[in-house]
Amino acid sequence: MLKTFSKGGIHPPENKLTANKQIEMLALPKTVVVPVAQHIGAPAKIIVKRGDMVKAGQIIAESGGFISANIHSPVSGKVTKFDKIIDTSGYKKDTVIIEVEGDEWVDTIDKSDTLIKEISLSPEEIVKRVNDSGVVGLGGATFPSYVKLMVPKGKKADVLILNGVECEPYLTSDHRLMLEKGEEMLVGVKIIMKAINVNKAIIGIENNKKDAIEHLTTLCQGYDGITVVPLKVKYPQGGEKQLIKATINREIPSGALPIEVGAVVQNVGTAFAVYEAVQKNKPLFERVITITGKSLKNPSNFLVRVGTATSNLIEAAGGLPEDTGKIISGGPMMGKALLNDQSPVTKGTSGILIMPEVESQRRKMLPCIRCAKCVSVCPMGLEPFLLMTYSVKKEYEREEKERVMDCIECGSCSYVCPSDRPLLDYIRLGKSEIGKIIRSRKA
Amino acid sequence: MNKLFVSPSPHVYGKQSVKGLMYGVLIALIPTMLVSIYFFGMGALIVTLSSVLSAVAFEYLITRFILKSESTIMDGSAALTGLLLAFNVPSNLPLWIILIGSFVAIAVSKMSFGGLGNNIFNPALVGRVFLLISFPVQMTSWPKPIAITEKMLPYLDAETGATPLALVKEGVRNGVKLSEIQGIPSNMDMFIGNMGGSLGEVAAIALILGLVYMLVRKIITWHIPVSILGTIAIFSGLMHLGNPDKFTDPVFNMLTGGVLLGAIFMATDYVTSPMSTKGMLIYGVSIGVLTVVIRAFGAFPEGVSFAILIMNAFVPLINMYSKPKRFGEKQKK
Ligand code: SF4
Ligand code: SF4
Repeated sequence: MLKTFSKGGIHPPENKLTANKQIEMLALPKTVVVPVAQHIGAPAKIIVKRGDMVKAGQIIAESGGFISANIHSPVSGKVTKFDKIIDTSGYKKDTVIIEVEGDEWVDTIDKSDTLIKEISLSPEEIVKRVNDSGVVGLGGATFPSYVKLMVPKGKKADVLILNGVECEPYLTSDHRLMLEKGEEMLVGVKIIMKAINVNKAIIGIENNKKDAIEHLTTLCQGYDGITVVPLKVKYPQGGEKQLIKATINREIPSGALPIEVGAVVQNVGTAFAVYEAVQKNKPLFERVITITGKSLKNPSNFLVRVGTATSNLIEAAGGLPEDTGKIISGGPMMGKALLNDQSPVTKGTSGILIMPEVESQRRKMLPCIRCAKCVSVCPMGLEPFLLMTYSVKKEYEREEKERVMDCIECGSCSYVCPSDRPLLDYIRLGKSEIGKIIRSRKA
Repeated sequence: MNKLFVSPSPHVYGKQSVKGLMYGVLIALIPTMLVSIYFFGMGALIVTLSSVLSAVAFEYLITRFILKSESTIMDGSAALTGLLLAFNVPSNLPLWIILIGSFVAIAVSKMSFGGLGNNIFNPALVGRVFLLISFPVQMTSWPKPIAITEKMLPYLDAETGATPLALVKEGVRNGVKLSEIQGIPSNMDMFIGNMGGSLGEVAAIALILGLVYMLVRKIITWHIPVSILGTIAIFSGLMHLGNPDKFTDPVFNMLTGGVLLGAIFMATDYVTSPMSTKGMLIYGVSIGVLTVVIRAFGAFPEGVSFAILIMNAFVPLINMYSKPKRFGEKQKK
């Protein structure tokens, strides 16, 4: 029996259209629009001026605090403009616009393909390098990675867990990276192990990626302490709490972080970025993005510079299909719908999904028939139908008691509801209202 | 470019719909219906059709003329209530009584509470119990299964007899030992449905087929039916061991008096059953215990309908006190 998490979960159609498509380089765009807030936390502060010439890998915005990240220029060229754009969060964000000229990289970057296995940096130096390189969690959460590499005082990590689950339907960027950059990734894992001082690492991969499981299992023989654990296909296994439960059967207490149970979780893509940062001195300014959708002519996996417009990816994948109704940044379960095709991709963009119009519209909501399906699929053991009722009635105190803040917004409840009730919409509403209440209580 | 839809995640949805689920239950009931027509002939067909059609008609009329809202009959739930009501009455029930039952089920027990999803009591069972109390004679004169050659006879004239459960009740009351009571069908006959009873309760094999279908299609989970049946088996088994002259054996208890119909199709009604698996188990075990107790000590020979209705009333309470186990709860002391 394959391992998995014990509570709830769903199995949406996988639709991994690009599982066998090799990663291709996307041609450089003419301009890039680089947001200074591509991570969770404080936005970075812009340190270039209009008219400055920059090289790829040059820092253009400095980390704005403890939880923040440096932003590097993804291209070489001229800084032409600073502008505000509405990003996927729906808020206006500062960006740096650079007109591309050539492709010159800062000369500290090692551009060669040679694998460097030996880790010469000390744990402190690793943390610093990862911070300097602007590496953030590439699974979608975009939490600055260096913070997770510093185990808080009084806590101890005993295992590193790598998230190679990629449980979102359609997305294959992690899958391809594991196949094509497996060795580099494992060195990255070793580097992280050194930084957090553990001698055990587990790579969790869902069983729909048998080739990746096989490939990494073979490679692991050359790397002490790293093992691959195949997992049963079940959404949301990529959630930190679910992944830890599935791989090492520990349950993070409500409101706590993984370190509470001795675990540190990193995405496999992040491990690769750490490799590049530490061994090749290459800051994070490009990433693998899956561009996909059922009506798309040529769904692909591209290596893309940050700041490239979504439309560039769509063009390269055969153009926007006639029947497009929705463009999603990320996967269909947790991704964000884009306002237009001009949004730039960022460090956190794992995929662009083009949905046909017929699948884009919400269905009409019917009354709750109390079928309990939302309850049975909730991986956090919540009662979504009840939380929605409380949100509607604005009974926030009771909603908080029902542990609404534990909701990981996986959307399984909305997915499964036969009455098409927008459960998660209302739960989010409740969470934000209760968040305000909690903050005012503390103040 | 077309206008893009922008909405919060998730952006994909599962295949199950209210309609799909209701029709799924209807499909699961087809074998039972065929068996009942086989054993009870025209009567079964007439009772079923009139119950289903009248239930749908009542719901239509109420939404159209009283609530003045969109009609809900296409979701299949009214038809399902009608079908389940029919399965809970004898096949020779006069039409006008069926109409009353279906009116009580739809108008009183479902629509007056606000329609599908808001009722506390299982509509079909409310209809059934109302009829049982109002028309005890008609509701307990059970046609005997008829020979294939007589299937076309006018259904009201069917020869009637007691159900196995009623025979037992009567016998025990008169002090006759169980083993000496006459006319109890063999286990095999009870299994295939060759006995007197409500038209949907007799065919064990067909009901179980329906259960399997619903489990495979993930329409319901195992918790409620299995906990009811398990409890009845164990509890009645213990009583039987204690006094085999007075209390019937578990197999008999499971196959008679609508236990299977109740456990598989009535107690699993979404609206009137609990929301957490823990709650479902509490509910199922309670129904099992109540059923055996009512049978052994109550005035009516069978007890599932009452047991389910009683537990329906406790569902809000069960929901309040049997929350699902929260993730990360164990460690938080
Ligand atoms: S979105 Fe929240 S409430 Fe809904 S299933 Fe996921 S964790 Fe549970
Ligand atoms: S899944 Fe939908 S219909 Fe079923 S209980 Fe939850 S909210 Fe109600």
